[in-house]
Amino acid sequence: MLPLILFYVFGTILVAAALAVIVARNPVYSALCLVLCFVTSAGLWLLIEAEFLAIVLVLVYVGAVMVLFLFVVMMLDINLEELRSGFTRFAWLGWITAGVIVFEVAGVVVTRKLGLDVMRGPVPLLSSYSNTQELGALLYSKYAYPFEIAAMLLLVAIVAAIALTLRHRRGLKVQNISRQVAARASERVRLVKMDAERRE
Amino acid sequence: MITLGHMLTLSAVLFAISVAGIFLNRKNVLLLLMCIELLLLAANFNFVAFSRYLGQLDGQIFVFFVLTVAAAESAIGLAILVVLFRERRSINVEELNRLQG
Amino acid sequence: MNPHLLLAIPVLPLLAALLAGLAGKAIGRAGAAAVTIGAVAASCVLSCVVLEQLLVEHVPAFDGTVYGWLVSDGVRMQVGFLVDHLSALMMVVVTFVSLCVHVYTIGYMHDDPGFQRFFSYISLFTFSMLMLVMSNNFMQLFFGWEAVGVVSYLLIGFWYTRPSAVFANLKAFLVNRVGDFGFVLGIAGVLYYTGSLDYRDAFAAAPDIAAKSMTLFQGHGWSALTLICICLFIGAMGKSAQMPLHVWLPDSMEGPTPISALIHAATMVTAGIFMVARMSPLFEYSDAALSFVLVIGATTALFMGFLGIVNDDIKRVIAYSTLSQLGYMTVALGVSGYSVAIFHLMTHAFFKALLFLAAGAVIIAMHHEQDMRKMGGLRRRMPVTYWTSMIGALALIGTPFFSGFYSKDALIEAVHASTRYGAGYAYLCVLAGVFVTALYTFRMMFLTFHGEERLDHHAQEHFHDVGWDMKAPLVALAIPSLIIGYLTVQPILFGGYFGEAIKVLQAHDVVGEIGREFHGPAAFALHGLLPGPAWLAALGVYTAWLFVLKHPEWGADVRRRAGWFYRLLVNKYYFDWFNENVLARIGRGLGIVLWRGGDQALIDGAVVNGSARMVGWLAGVTRRLQSGFLYSYAFWMIIGLAALLGWFLYGI
Repeated sequence: MLPLILFYVFGTILVAAALAVIVARNPVYSALCLVLCFVTSAGLWLLIEAEFLAIVLVLVYVGAVMVLFLFVVMMLDINLEELRSGFTRFAWLGWITAGVIVFEVAGVVVTRKLGLDVMRGPVPLLSSYSNTQELGALLYSKYAYPFEIAAMLLLVAIVAAIALTLRHRRGLKVQNISRQVAARASERVRLVKMDAERRE
Repeated sequence: MITLGHMLTLSAVLFAISVAGIFLNRKNVLLLLMCIELLLLAANFNFVAFSRYLGQLDGQIFVFFVLTVAAAESAIGLAILVVLFRERRSINVEELNRLQG
Repeated sequence: MNPHLLLAIPVLPLLAALLAGLAGKAIGRAGAAAVTIGAVAASCVLSCVVLEQLLVEHVPAFDGTVYGWLVSDGVRMQVGFLVDHLSALMMVVVTFVSLCVHVYTIGYMHDDPGFQRFFSYISLFTFSMLMLVMSNNFMQLFFGWEAVGVVSYLLIGFWYTRPSAVFANLKAFLVNRVGDFGFVLGIAGVLYYTGSLDYRDAFAAAPDIAAKSMTLFQGHGWSALTLICICLFIGAMGKSAQMPLHVWLPDSMEGPTPISALIHAATMVTAGIFMVARMSPLFEYSDAALSFVLVIGATTALFMGFLGIVNDDIKRVIAYSTLSQLGYMTVALGVSGYSVAIFHLMTHAFFKALLFLAAGAVIIAMHHEQDMRKMGGLRRRMPVTYWTSMIGALALIGTPFFSGFYSKDALIEAVHASTRYGAGYAYLCVLAGVFVTALYTFRMMFLTFHGEERLDHHAQEHFHDVGWDMKAPLVALAIPSLIIGYLTVQPILFGGYFGEAIKVLQAHDVVGEIGREFHGPAAFALHGLLPGPAWLAALGVYTAWLFVLKHPEWGADVRRRAGWFYRLLVNKYYFDWFNENVLARIGRGLGIVLWRGGDQALIDGAVVNGSARMVGWLAGVTRRLQSGFLYSYAFWMIIGLAALLGWFLYGI
């Protein structure tokens, strides 16, 4: 009974926070609400015993990604009025699409069952079960290559983000080491023969 | 007792809200990025729920990868946003119709 | 026989035509005339050589291929010659008349700027006609058939700045097209049943085809051979101007007179007659088709003759006479008297060409005046023309001992002897036709050459008799018109001249029946003096004399009394009216409907422009999707996602 109550509490907060994200006037509020979304999601995941991912969600998303968002929001001098104008212009389309999607998914869940009626609850776990350990074992054995690729992807993202935001200022004097090393005397010194005085 | 149906319905609602958010905040790239994060969260919800209720850990591994991709995406998206702002002093999507051929 | 020699006969005029036509300016007027006359003269000599080989040296008939064009699905299309007694006779007639016309043209077209072009055309015509005559397969026959049609078109419209000439040549072409359609169907029928286009195969298969029946309409079986023969004869009706496809021939008088003589009297119009005679092994097996031929021919022979009586244009009178005489030949074909038909064709070629050329001489002398009411008394002014045309006229009406008598009298006897369905009607028609022929011929002669001079001031001033370049062909044609019947009647009709070339079943052999009572040409002619056709002809001449010379005022009286009949004749039985107002109007109406509705609205409007407009509209709509706004792409992506999801889940 308690998990169900907790589910409804968390779920309500999650939906409310999500709504707040999309309608908030100030992007800072949006970002903070999004943080709330993640935290409640982590709570929900804990409820269904996906502990590792719940922790990761909080650590990585809230700790890193959302902080990045907040940085950017505060760093940029955004004209909020301009961005808010015409806010509801396509709202009808948005709500219709959203409604259609909810209808479709709910339709699947309700009518097709997906075997939901027999799957009453999660598979019970032993007390000695460690979600982190199991995940780690799987990640480093079966999913070793995708894991490496994911790491590679992150690296590329880092490089891309740096490359995009890197600014080359005009007139900045920098050394070009490879050219310095490759320089030769013949390219640097030019001997010119000339008379000491002007001929008449 | 939390059933799979509970989780799936919650994730569908979350997904729908984020879709609506994309339509509402069509001018603000920052919020668009946040909505995409929400969208991915909804997807992750499904992965986690199915993984748990089917007793298969592979779904959670997938969430792991989705998180990776989402992090990379928001990093690059924000970088683009910064560059964009530097160029045009605005992040108004309405002014961004350079994609038109 | 040497195939190269045979090949040279049609090819020489072709080369001359190309030379005169393409290099006319370079070789000049004299050059063009010399080249074409030389070539046609050579063809004529070679044709005579061929005929001499067949007759004197008894060389077997030549039947072979000289050039294989293509083989398609087992059907061989080739240039081949079948030179037997029939085609050799035609070759001589064609080349001889053509030669005379060539020579005559020098004088007639002397002042015309299209001198070289004209020579090119007539040589080309000679080539086409020779190809038609010498062919040994339907393909080449059809080639020659169409080629003479094209040249005829070119020549009728030779003076292409005259609207009436252009109208006439278009009319000739279109009417011939109707006939050619039937002809093509006939050839297709032969091909369908025999799988071959060669005469030899088709003739061999004729009895088999006759046994087959063909369902044209539900429940009505037709003999396949009858159908084929009638289709072929429809082609002949177009070319040989039989009713109701005769309407183009009188109008074709718009062309220069030599052409009227060459094409529309002596050669091209006889192509149909020749073709039916050539196809005698097919027609012999179909009584129904021959009856059809007989009735059409008889009707043409009589009713076209009537029209000659009311016309005042000298050339048109001769044109109607030609129609009527072609009807006679067709009648002969219809009673299985193929040899009589060809015999009449030959004699007719000479005297009709003679009459035409004489008329041309009169026209030139009168400075292009064709109305006979403005002539008269020309006997004294142009005696050579008068006497030669008198020979032609006497031959035409069938005066004993003249060439026309032998052919026509034999023809009438053959009709009389025939028991074929329709022969009685045909006999009445041809007998009445004799009277009518004499009447219009001598009306023309009297109006033109006798009586008072009615020349108007203009003609009076410019009158000059023609030179010997025009008179010589008249004399050259007058001689055969006079004697050729006497000389050739025995061998051609009763001497088994045609041999294998013409096939007549024993039961149909009317010519053989007359032959039993034939005791030499002189006796035949003397027999003709007894009451019969010759008396009818004499009556016709007397009537003409009464109405034209003795009591000219009677004409108006008769015209008043028989008003409706006169109007019928003047309007040519309303054939032209019917064609123009009913057939042409239906065709044009249909064309307009198809043009407006089918072409402009449906094809141009809906299909061509419609699809373009559709693409344009779609592009206009989809262009708006490519707004360049990031969010619109995002929207579409999401909407697409929702739609795709719906499709997957519910399969809508």
